[in-house]
Amino acid sequence: MDVKKIFKLRAGYQDLLIPFLSIITSLVIGAIIIYASGANVYAAYKGLWQGSFGNARTIAETFVSTTPYILTGLAVAFGFRCGLFNIGAEGQLYAGALAAAYIGYAWRGLPHFIHLPIAIIAGIIAGGIWGAIPGYLKAKTGAHEVINTIMMNHIMIRLTDYLVKNPMLDPKASVPRTAYILKSAYLPKIFPGFRLHWGFILAIIAIFLIYYILFKTKVGFEIRTVGLNQDAARYAGMNISKNFVLAMAISGGLAGLAGAGEVLGLNYNLPAAFVSGFGFDAIAIALLAKSNPFAVFPSAMLWAALRNGAGLMQVRAKISIDLVNIIQAFVIMFIAAPNIVRYLYRIRAEREKAGVLLTKGWGQ
Amino acid sequence: MSKDNHMSEEILSLKGVVKSFPGVLANDHIDFSLKKGEIHTLLGENGAGKTTLMNILYGLYTPDEGEIFIDGQKVIIHSPADALSHGIGMVHQHFMLIPNMSVCENIILGNESKKRGLIDEEQATGRIETLSEKYKFSLNPGDMVKDLPIGMQQKVEILKALYREATVLILDEPTAVLTPQESEELFEILRSLKDEGKSIIFISHKLKEVLEISDIITVLRDGKAIGSVRPDQTDEGHLANMMVGREVILKVHKEKMHKGKPVLEVNDLTVFDRRGVSVVNGINFNVHSGEIYGVAGVQGNGQTELVEALTGLLPFVSGEVIIDGAKIEGDNPREVFERGTAHIPEDRHKYGLVLPYPIRDNLVLCSYYHKPFSKRLALNFPVIIEKSSKLLKEFDIKASSILDITETLSGGNQQKTVVARELGREVKLLIAAQPTRGLDVGSIEYIHKKIVETRDAGCAVLLVSSELDEILSLSDTIGVIYKGQIVKTLSSEEATKEQLGLLMAGILEKT
Repeated sequence: MDVKKIFKLRAGYQDLLIPFLSIITSLVIGAIIIYASGANVYAAYKGLWQGSFGNARTIAETFVSTTPYILTGLAVAFGFRCGLFNIGAEGQLYAGALAAAYIGYAWRGLPHFIHLPIAIIAGIIAGGIWGAIPGYLKAKTGAHEVINTIMMNHIMIRLTDYLVKNPMLDPKASVPRTAYILKSAYLPKIFPGFRLHWGFILAIIAIFLIYYILFKTKVGFEIRTVGLNQDAARYAGMNISKNFVLAMAISGGLAGLAGAGEVLGLNYNLPAAFVSGFGFDAIAIALLAKSNPFAVFPSAMLWAALRNGAGLMQVRAKISIDLVNIIQAFVIMFIAAPNIVRYLYRIRAEREKAGVLLTKGWGQ
Repeated sequence: MSKDNHMSEEILSLKGVVKSFPGVLANDHIDFSLKKGEIHTLLGENGAGKTTLMNILYGLYTPDEGEIFIDGQKVIIHSPADALSHGIGMVHQHFMLIPNMSVCENIILGNESKKRGLIDEEQATGRIETLSEKYKFSLNPGDMVKDLPIGMQQKVEILKALYREATVLILDEPTAVLTPQESEELFEILRSLKDEGKSIIFISHKLKEVLEISDIITVLRDGKAIGSVRPDQTDEGHLANMMVGREVILKVHKEKMHKGKPVLEVNDLTVFDRRGVSVVNGINFNVHSGEIYGVAGVQGNGQTELVEALTGLLPFVSGEVIIDGAKIEGDNPREVFERGTAHIPEDRHKYGLVLPYPIRDNLVLCSYYHKPFSKRLALNFPVIIEKSSKLLKEFDIKASSILDITETLSGGNQQKTVVARELGREVKLLIAAQPTRGLDVGSIEYIHKKIVETRDAGCAVLLVSSELDEILSLSDTIGVIYKGQIVKTLSSEEATKEQLGLLMAGILEKT
């Protein structure tokens, strides 16, 4: 597939320039804040760089964190394409992690090539169901998906806590967690000695698959049409309700896969203290990527690098780890308000092009 | 007369204005001059550069070249605030009003007079009432804008400019949203403003009204000023000629009808609108193959809901609809589409097109799901591209390629895209609702021609339009709709405008 051509078709020059300038500007503002707080800017950013791309191990670790960011970022982006704001990626990720963990430790005696795919698919289905529920509620009753996905997050996070501390608890463990999954359900490592696992490859495949679904299939055409103009979709004979449910199910499935990957490739169990946050950062990643599946990759990598590099930055420059959050917040602010960047760099607005409707207001 | 006095003075002029956008030269060395107390019309098709020119004058765009003179002095207008300070006020095509604020609040917005830091609403109300009385606007400053009909909202916009003491008023297609009666009222207001010595720039592409209201008409075409004429020196045909750049046939030529068997049969159909009010009340009519059946009526007598029900967008409450011999269930647009029905919807932006899509995707919006446009789950792009390229050429849609974004096309080309999609396949029934609303002369001519061609090919055509001229020139049979029923059916030869007008108003007895 010719990626260059895709960008030419889907993204103009400014669609790349503005996010890039947003990131640079945020780093500059970050530098000013570091300087103002009396720390060494050079040491801080050197720490940030070395902590994320300094050597083979940190690079591998950055890709370890990139993996769930890609999948949850894709999940949110896919929802945006159908005009849906899926804030529930976090809960859907938990659902996927739970299902994969259960299959991983409870189903014994299966060979690797059967056990692993079943565990992965269980994760996708669990996340998909958890996403489809708010999709169904929206289609049938008009209940807004933002409210319901938030509520579904709370339910799933509490449910996970209960299950891991009660029926799924490993009694031999010193901290509350499930039993370890069997070797036959492991996602293999890509390189020996590094934690980077095959979940990363699955995430890359997912990017291409989601691109294909959105732009090359009937289902994707319907989902995008519903996302851009519901009335025209109905006029063209498309079933709006079906597409809402389907888009939320696919979105949830992607987040579920992210959860399954964390359990099967990294943790090998599900601790009660499992806190990901990936599902919430995913909203920012999808916004930065403007819901373009290919752009989700660099934007997920950026988030992973900031997340991983923050620790070393804190140690080297003796500044708060929260500074990274400030930089992230500025990136999002500039992306959400591109006119600030246009003003700063005197970029003329192009004529409005094939936009993606990122969010819609309430009450519609 | 004093009128002749102030008509001699030039109040505003534009010299050699150039404005280009990427790929388009919107204004190409335009000269324009406005005298005191005159109504100067800018006439041109959509995309001719009228609105661009006015946006330059109003400070929304900066010209690439050219100069603006006001009262003989060269000025540079950076913003609408600048324009207002020079006495230029603009009434946009899409009103710039805040619906849930009062008339008074809307008018003083951005120009509030204050008393001890608080808005002096009493003084503002007084001024608005004086102005409203003077020009017979009958506006109540306390009314909420959202409760006012469109015609009154437009008066609020005009008053907004007058409140800021504008001496030059720009009106961008003001009649596009008005009923004939409201337009007449607007013209009365414009004439009284003119007698006061105010100057008016009137933008339009409707030939009749332009001839009625203007003192002088400047025609724009492809970004150039083609020429200026006085209404008494010209007529509709000549103006259309100047606008389009070639001979335009304003009359529709059509052969005698070859009426066949009924294709659309509507029996006792009752439809509720979205609020649950019965708006189509047991309507009955048939449309035959080879016939154009025109539904004439004042907007709001159930036409919209009738079309939506026939095309599956609204459910029926009772009655039956038979298309090509088979009863349809209703409430399912795809079922109607698959019976060979083409539908040109009333609101092309809402229903007809997905504006951010490339033209290609809009051309297969209704047929993407079946062979040969898709194979199993995947879209079959080679076939889609071939078909849409063919339609683009066949229906003369002006675009550089099928990948052009639909939003960037002119209104006429957008409508051609809808028509190409709907007629670019085998159809037995065409339902066209307001097919030429808001379009330029050239596109209207084209779409009328297509509708007649469709009929001559043996298709049944249901035409719903609020333009009486359109109904009279296209239809073979005319049904007058009043309060959700056909009150009279007549052949187009026997129908006269006066008679239709009375029937539409519910004055003539139903027969």
